[in-house]
Amino acid sequence: MHFQLTEEQRALREGTRELLAGRFGRDALRAAVDADTPAVDRGLWRELGEAGLFSLCLPESEGGVGLGLPDAVVVFEEVGRALVPGPLVATFLAAGEVPGAAAGEAVVTTPYGSLLPWRDDANVVRGDASRARPIASADPLTPLHALPGPAPVPLEATLLYAAEQLGSAGRTLDMAVQHAREREQFGSPIGSFQAVKHLCAEMLVRVEVARAAVYAAAVTADPVEVAAAELLADEAAVQGARDCLQVHGGMGFTWEADVHLHLKRAWVRAELGGSARDAEETLAAAL
Amino acid sequence: MDLTYTDEEEGFRARLREWLGGVLPTLPPKPSPDDWPGRRAYDMGWQRRLYDAGYGEVHWDASPTKRLIFLEETEKAGAPYVGANFVGLLHAGPTIAAEGSPGQRDRWLAPILRGDEVWCQGFSEPDAGSDLAALRTKARREGDEYVISGSKIWTSHAEVADWCELLVRTDPSAPKHRGISWLAMPMDAPGITVRPLRTLAGSTEFAEMFLDDVRVPVGNRVGEENDGWRVTMVTLSFERGTAFVGEVVACRRVLGELAAHAKKTGRWDDAVLRRELGLLSAEFGALWRLTQWNVSEAQATGGVPGVGGSVFKLRYSHARQRLYEAAARVLGGAGALDTDQEWTLDRLSSLSYTIAAGTSQIQRNIVAERILGLPRSSKGGR
Repeated sequence: MHFQLTEEQRALREGTRELLAGRFGRDALRAAVDADTPAVDRGLWRELGEAGLFSLCLPESEGGVGLGLPDAVVVFEEVGRALVPGPLVATFLAAGEVPGAAAGEAVVTTPYGSLLPWRDDANVVRGDASRARPIASADPLTPLHALPGPAPVPLEATLLYAAEQLGSAGRTLDMAVQHAREREQFGSPIGSFQAVKHLCAEMLVRVEVARAAVYAAAVTADPVEVAAAELLADEAAVQGARDCLQVHGGMGFTWEADVHLHLKRAWVRAELGGSARDAEETLAAAL
Repeated sequence: MDLTYTDEEEGFRARLREWLGGVLPTLPPKPSPDDWPGRRAYDMGWQRRLYDAGYGEVHWDASPTKRLIFLEETEKAGAPYVGANFVGLLHAGPTIAAEGSPGQRDRWLAPILRGDEVWCQGFSEPDAGSDLAALRTKARREGDEYVISGSKIWTSHAEVADWCELLVRTDPSAPKHRGISWLAMPMDAPGITVRPLRTLAGSTEFAEMFLDDVRVPVGNRVGEENDGWRVTMVTLSFERGTAFVGEVVACRRVLGELAAHAKKTGRWDDAVLRRELGLLSAEFGALWRLTQWNVSEAQATGGVPGVGGSVFKLRYSHARQRLYEAAARVLGGAGALDTDQEWTLDRLSSLSYTIAAGTSQIQRNIVAERILGLPRSSKGGR
């Protein structure tokens, strides 16, 4: 048993982080937020395709990279950290089935749970979207349609959304810690106050627990473990963003701070990855 | 990322499982919680059986992965817990193994492993709880002996212990983290008075200990004089790093038993309760995976468990309290107040988990300062 990232997985993580830092850094994120209508960045989409993000798990004989679910989870954690917009999970799962998806030429979306993201921007909509009606999405970077009834969420989609949640939780932890070190009040960095310290410590604890759950679920692909990963990653991302906002104080409540973007996306992912109720029932049924 | 075990490790698991299957039905019935001599005999007898079967050293010398397998299998099988051997096997033993002289290791380690000698812990004091370094028990040197006076509290197993790992102040003028020494004190030395403390769970799990000019040979000091704080940190990293591993497996077993009981009594039809049990299953499943992650990391670096143990302990102690709150709801009404029910006693005991071995508040400070690198508090508030 060596339940740690392999050298290759570390390299994959670093490579993805560097690619995204260069191609979708803070300026690009804010430009996307400030655009009149959110749109998938087709240039970035193709670059992600060329880097092998969508074809990561396709066999090499089909032009893919031939890696496994754990590797995909490592990559989607980074995508979640960087808050990359677009139906990445649906496109990833369509690679090999929908022409152009693997290469990043096509944007593919699918209804999951009660939501359909990015319908109007997608080249291909898989599944039944006939009765979807648009809603005013809380997340400025994820246009949403609501469905009258729930659509199934495949196991891999739940896991990849959990991986994104994990990445987002790690990012909001870093943001909170950095702010707590720099921001001074009453003549001291606020990070020297226990009340602030303890918020940050609990954020780390949630990230570490969620990471163990998500990685293990990626290795076993067991439905019960995936359900556990979903619950813990949703908690880490949503509560992490809330605590990060709290650490930022009044600044955290402004549109200029990025933390609300993480919180709103975490809410969206929590819905797209499947309901907490279903996950808890899955876990209970296995007891 | 790999969650499979080697053939050798699986062989170890299979042999252990087979041995447990043979030995567990032959064990005598468990003594009652307040029968201290009975508990001592029971716990030491179990350690002796482990020793004779070649498992005595599993907490120390085996690979971390083997230790993990050992804890997993013994808990799954419902084998006795370390009990009165806790301090010897998981605190004093590893500390002496890491910091003791060859003569000290010869003198003390084998009796712990054979189940011959029980240790207790003399760290905490009435006026120095979480601020352990504020301890005031004094040891002044007279020739080849330390003469010790002061008092200790929360001393588990003091009533039946042969030895005490004792922290004393050997230099009162030094800053509080310096001037402390780590001593092995024989519990039959004149001048020691032990008084049991009744806990809110009704049991006498702990004792107060009063030390009145107790004489301990200087040769019983582990580590250098006044270097006891560093030695203690080694002990505590074991406590926070590995001491709770088996209990996660135990919590998963309890959760299964709760579900079975709920199904039998119809409480399972309560969706809110059922889903709470599902959520707890996610919790303990993830804590088990986190354990495997930490053990893999320790195995790779070959180091003493680090502050990662604080992360684990924080989450685990609160989860365990939630588990027994759920147990109370499974039992329901009068059942939840009936202390003849084991789960009710466990619910009461679980209240100590966020306090013992460093309160959650102290653990959060450790995580924030040593892992996240946040600045130390300027004054007070430590």
